[in-house]
Amino acid sequence: MSTHPTTESADRGLLADLPRLLLLSVFALLILAPYIWMIAVSVKPQSEVFTSSLSLIPKQFAAAENYGKVFAQVPIGLYLLNGLIVCLGILAFQIAFAVPAAYALAKLEFRGRDTLFAFVMLGLLVPVQVPALPLYMAFANVGLLNSYTALIAPFTISVFAIFLFRQFFKAIPDELIHAARLDGMGESSIVWRVIVPNALPAATAFAIFSVVAHWNDLYWPLIAVNKGDYYTPAMGVLAFRSQEAGEDYGALMAASMLVTAPLVVAFLIAQRRFIEGITMTGLKG
Amino acid sequence: MADAALTDPSARAKQRAPARADTSGTVVAWLLSAPAIIAYVLMLLAPALAMLMLAFTDFEFGARTFRWVGFANFAEMLGDRGAMAAVRNTAVYVLFVTPISIALGLLLAVLIDAGARGRTVFRAIFFLPVVSLTVAMAVAWQYILHPNIGPLNAALRMFGAPTPNWLASSEMVMISLGFIGVWENLGFNMVLFLAGLTAIPRDLYAAAEVDGAPGAWSRFWLVTWPMLGPTTLFVVTITTIRSIRVFDTVAILTQGGPNKASEVLLHTMYVEGFQFFRMGYSAAITMLFLAVVLVLMLIQTRLIERRVHYG
Repeated sequence: MSTHPTTESADRGLLADLPRLLLLSVFALLILAPYIWMIAVSVKPQSEVFTSSLSLIPKQFAAAENYGKVFAQVPIGLYLLNGLIVCLGILAFQIAFAVPAAYALAKLEFRGRDTLFAFVMLGLLVPVQVPALPLYMAFANVGLLNSYTALIAPFTISVFAIFLFRQFFKAIPDELIHAARLDGMGESSIVWRVIVPNALPAATAFAIFSVVAHWNDLYWPLIAVNKGDYYTPAMGVLAFRSQEAGEDYGALMAASMLVTAPLVVAFLIAQRRFIEGITMTGLKG
Repeated sequence: MADAALTDPSARAKQRAPARADTSGTVVAWLLSAPAIIAYVLMLLAPALAMLMLAFTDFEFGARTFRWVGFANFAEMLGDRGAMAAVRNTAVYVLFVTPISIALGLLLAVLIDAGARGRTVFRAIFFLPVVSLTVAMAVAWQYILHPNIGPLNAALRMFGAPTPNWLASSEMVMISLGFIGVWENLGFNMVLFLAGLTAIPRDLYAAAEVDGAPGAWSRFWLVTWPMLGPTTLFVVTITTIRSIRVFDTVAILTQGGPNKASEVLLHTMYVEGFQFFRMGYSAAITMLFLAVVLVLMLIQTRLIERRVHYG
């Protein structure tokens, strides 16, 4: 996004710009408040959490104690790994399933295409909470609750990915595909070796959207998993709160820091891509 | 597996149009779509249809049999204090979060857009809640709003102001959850508005100035607000649909309490289905939820079709 100062010139004096910056800073502090307290409390000893609520800098630095407690009492590394496995697993299936279908819908003419696309549009209308109940019963019946399969399988199909990729693939010139066919490439190698490399921005945007959504998801993991071995980061924090920490806010905030940090750090490094990815996919809601 | 289909010479000779609607092309297309179709049927279509049927049964998970009960589940909902509270609270939450997060999102977007300084930094800060783990942030909010040791009440105490129990009093709980909802959503809306602002042609502002709209305030109402019309409509429906799905904060912070004062649709559905295993009743609540979401999406499409075109 380029800069567009409304009418005044961009380089007006700092003094004239000050009220605007001040107002924005006040809002920024309000937004940052929970992060600031999270960091502060995660390095405070228990006694100070209870006595001096308003001071941000601890008199006694208890980072080692609080973070140590998290690592000692819950397998936080395993939860983070589970989160990674689940997010990447979901993403891999979503791409593998959606991309060829999107290519067919965008670039091939075939009998039943309109019907297929109508089903894609229909799927867009269904919130993820709708199939949850029967899926839970099905997984329970075949004994698949508490497994990576249970965490990943319901999200292997993303009609939204099909919709998004179809839009992008449509813009790829047909000549590219014809040339590849003349070279003797089959349709599925055209998909992966010609189409996908030309739609990398869309793929990146979708990947970010998908990982953010599933790293942060609570609803389905809460349903599908009740054993620690398969806890995602979100479930891990919840479990830590109810079992170990309770009112031990220092350790609780340390755990919260550890599970929030990966995505937040990634966001700060690739801010523009994250914002593009998440807003481009805005219509998913 | 689809590679073989187009290697025969007749297919290769067709250089012009994309693969034709002939038999081999159709087979290739369906083969390419097959994994998606299978997953769609197994994970989306079949369970969604099963949910629709469940809503008309008295099925409880683990039971061996079930009966068709017609609309009994929906009738029960009308007499169920929890379900009715959920409908009311969800509506209150949406009516609170949507307008406030949109107004603040617009304000912040206009402020950021009005100058070059700090653009990237502020945009990143306001967007931060969107990428943060809700569970973890809810725990941070729980601490901030804690009645005794939370910094908010500590600050209020310093000024001698009343110190409510933010998450445990039935008068305050929806307001507290609403503010957290605004905090979660405003960055998303801000980014959408920023994109809308960027698309407004700059000479319109110059023209407005010539036409005697000198102040920033009158320029906003004369140019920015009408030009943002389509964006605003989009943001309104998106935010409504996002906020009607409120679940995480309720599940983590209040579990619908105190005394159903913060019960919301998805949480009621979760409790009935996955804690009490009353699948039929939970499915009926899901259907209500789905109906509301569908109506909102319908409104969204209609509004966007009718008002988006400014020529």
